[in-house]
Amino acid sequence: MMSPNKTINITLKIWRQQGPKDRGRFETIPVEGVDTHSSFLEMLDFLNEKRILEDKEPIEFDNDCREGICGTCGMMINGIPHGHGKAMTVCQLHMREFNDGDTIVVEPFRARAFSIIQDLLVDRSPLEKIIQAGGYISVNTGGAPDANALPVAQEKADEAMDGAACIGCGACVAACPNASAMLFVSAKVSQFALLPQGKPETNTRVLSMLREMDACGFGNCSNHRVCESACPKEVSISHIARFNREFFKAGLSGRLPVSKNHPNEKL
Amino acid sequence: MSQLDGKIPGGPLSAKWDRHQLEMKLINPANRRRFSVIVVGTGLAGAAASASLAELGYTVKTFCIQDSPRRAHSIAAQGGINAAKNYANDGDSIWRLFEDTIKGGDYRAREANVYRLAQLSNNIIDQCVAQGVPFAREYGGLLANRSFGGAQVSRTFYARGQTGQQLLLGAYGALSRQIAAGRVTMFSRHEMLDLVVSGNRARGIIARNLVNGEIKAHAADAVLLATGGYSNVYYLSTNAISCNVSAIWQAYRKGACFANPCFTQIHPTSLPHVSGHQTKLTLMSESLRNDGRVWVPKKPGDRRRPNDIPENERHYYLEEKYPSFGNLVPRDVASRNAKQQCDAGKGVGPTGRAVFLDFCQAIKRDGAAVIARKYGNLFDMYRNIIDDNPYETPMMIYPAAHFTMGGLWVDYNLMSTIPGLFVLGEANFSDHGANRLGANALMQGLADGYFIIPCTLAGYLSDAGNSNVGTDHTAFSESIEAVKQRVVKLLAINGKRTVDDIHRQFGRIMEDYVGLTRNEAGLKTAIEQIREVRAEFWENVKVVGPANRYRLNLQKAGRLADFLELGELMAIDALNRRESCGGHLRAESESEDGEAIRDDENFCHVSAWEFKGDDAEPGKFNEPLVFDNVTLRQRSYK
Repeated sequence: MMSPNKTINITLKIWRQQGPKDRGRFETIPVEGVDTHSSFLEMLDFLNEKRILEDKEPIEFDNDCREGICGTCGMMINGIPHGHGKAMTVCQLHMREFNDGDTIVVEPFRARAFSIIQDLLVDRSPLEKIIQAGGYISVNTGGAPDANALPVAQEKADEAMDGAACIGCGACVAACPNASAMLFVSAKVSQFALLPQGKPETNTRVLSMLREMDACGFGNCSNHRVCESACPKEVSISHIARFNREFFKAGLSGRLPVSKNHPNEKL
Repeated sequence: MSQLDGKIPGGPLSAKWDRHQLEMKLINPANRRRFSVIVVGTGLAGAAASASLAELGYTVKTFCIQDSPRRAHSIAAQGGINAAKNYANDGDSIWRLFEDTIKGGDYRAREANVYRLAQLSNNIIDQCVAQGVPFAREYGGLLANRSFGGAQVSRTFYARGQTGQQLLLGAYGALSRQIAAGRVTMFSRHEMLDLVVSGNRARGIIARNLVNGEIKAHAADAVLLATGGYSNVYYLSTNAISCNVSAIWQAYRKGACFANPCFTQIHPTSLPHVSGHQTKLTLMSESLRNDGRVWVPKKPGDRRRPNDIPENERHYYLEEKYPSFGNLVPRDVASRNAKQQCDAGKGVGPTGRAVFLDFCQAIKRDGAAVIARKYGNLFDMYRNIIDDNPYETPMMIYPAAHFTMGGLWVDYNLMSTIPGLFVLGEANFSDHGANRLGANALMQGLADGYFIIPCTLAGYLSDAGNSNVGTDHTAFSESIEAVKQRVVKLLAINGKRTVDDIHRQFGRIMEDYVGLTRNEAGLKTAIEQIREVRAEFWENVKVVGPANRYRLNLQKAGRLADFLELGELMAIDALNRRESCGGHLRAESESEDGEAIRDDENFCHVSAWEFKGDDAEPGKFNEPLVFDNVTLRQRSYK
């Protein structure tokens, strides 16, 4: 039977920053009477409701679906992206994982490519730019052949799905000492490299996405593997290995990265 | 009472869409770039429409409130997407998917729309596979199908438990490609706060940049709203925190009719209410009911641990009441009965808002390993959120608001009653009648976005031509001023209650009186109480600014203000529909043994409401529903 509701008192050391140009600082905020069955984000809601009534600025943080799939939420809790829960986003972390009297350090995801908008809110739009550089299969709506015309081996489809499971939250970037987006990029490259539909563009895709990653100011991968352990969807670094193979093949193919305005797609 | 024209094409049902496409005027490819389109929302419908229209050459501006278009709430759909491929060779067909959807909607949807949806279902699967959506496969490499939501055929395509995510990422990829090509301008973290209408035509929108609070006008030749459903009116629902009614509500206030607002779907197997701070009800697959037995203690207020309650003191209420369907009664019946038990004081768990779902017998029969193989991921999820082991102790479940079948009224072309304003996906009312079948929501969003709107929008624009009303027009400046005034007003109230606090109180009214079971007295009470809460909101809400920064409580305040108006319209619609149908149960229209009774003689129509002013009763149009191809039958699950 579920444990009865109880409340704990905690202290937050939480990052406050008014905008990208503000220097920011840690603020120490005690939170009393936290229901242990509430989630970490619900604890922040609870705190914010109190702060609003006291005329204090609420702490802003990104969140939306609160079921671990949209990839909106994300923050460093005691130095770990999404906190210490295994394979979960912060919206799935519950306060029963903490003890009465704990001090919890809360910071935004930090990376050169992610600027801080406010408090725990960061700008992850560079991840969008990487996808725009080639994270898709270039087919227009209409004219697709019958779905069963192209068989895909079950294990390939499963592996492609493993990569496709990425929710784009940015935890891998925040965890990486180089602030690299390699796990994110490789998951998408790998998904399409495994599927026959993705083959025609594999070479240009890998080169274009990598070039965009560099241009956005993400670092490179040097095999620290912390991205994998930080990933709430357990996306494996084996995708990075596949990315590297595709990258070498693309280099041998003599293809060049394609600019944003895809030459084949001008009207 | 007046009527609305759904503009259903003539001819036999199966030929209507083909004929309509042929009769619809086209726009020369070279001329398309001269037409601009605004799309609000980037879920399946909005992302698919933005990408497809940009591919055709239109100039597209797309808006979403999330920080990325990939995060729209379509992403959370788990189960799958239906299509009439008949890959399983089990007798499925377009006709059968059409019939199942019409019957599932309890005969409150248009035949022609639903048939078109069933036809397009097959194109959707082809399109998504071409985009690289990693659907589940059989050993031979062909697509796998499963049976879903009580269907007798296997027509559901799926990508693990993340079908919505994968379909959305497919559409997002297509959208990203068009953004890169410069044909879509993307406005993330922007919220639409008003629709601009002048000369009986939609001219554009007013949107607020959520990061810096800037309020700007955007003009276009057509506006497409794909802004999803309004289940968050109940406060607790399976929807994401940002899901709201504001875009379609502002359109309603500008003259678009709102159809069947009271048609909501409440899902029976959500995780229960466990904490007073709860903000979200997480859905679990209803497949759990295949092996779980639902019960509550016979004695109200029995707080013993479930395993300490002897067999003869347990009430297996579904099995007793519905001997032939038992625990597998449809969503609405299961949900209604759970609430009745909790209202009678027999609810369990920390807040008394839950019933047990017990796997003890199934584990004894099949072994824990078999149950783990079927439901392992769900059991793990339950264990993480609820902190309890469902292999040993019964799960607790409770119904949660999940999907809204009602929405803005649209004709066969997906155009609202305001020319130039189109509504797609869950935001419109059109295809699910009074109850949506499982795995049909994804299908509708993508059919609207990929295939219907590219055709019907051309038909509209070729006749209507360019709008030629720029953002310097008074219609825009007046609208901007009104939006700015509202923000100022919300910040100036400076009362004593937070937005969430008022929303919780309002949500409880909606749940109690405009939720699973409705009756005349209750609905009248609801209308009174909603008016009181609305007055309380405008006098006593406290919103902390400043408005020129990211301020979630300010965003939520605007959304709640609109929900508080919608709630009343939902109650008025429910009061007006004196029959039970689908997810709408009127206690007065129930047989002695608790079966819903439809009244086809008086209510076989769509109710579409028209805004008449803040203090005036809304006007009502009826669109009669004509069934030439199916026979109307009453449901029975005894």
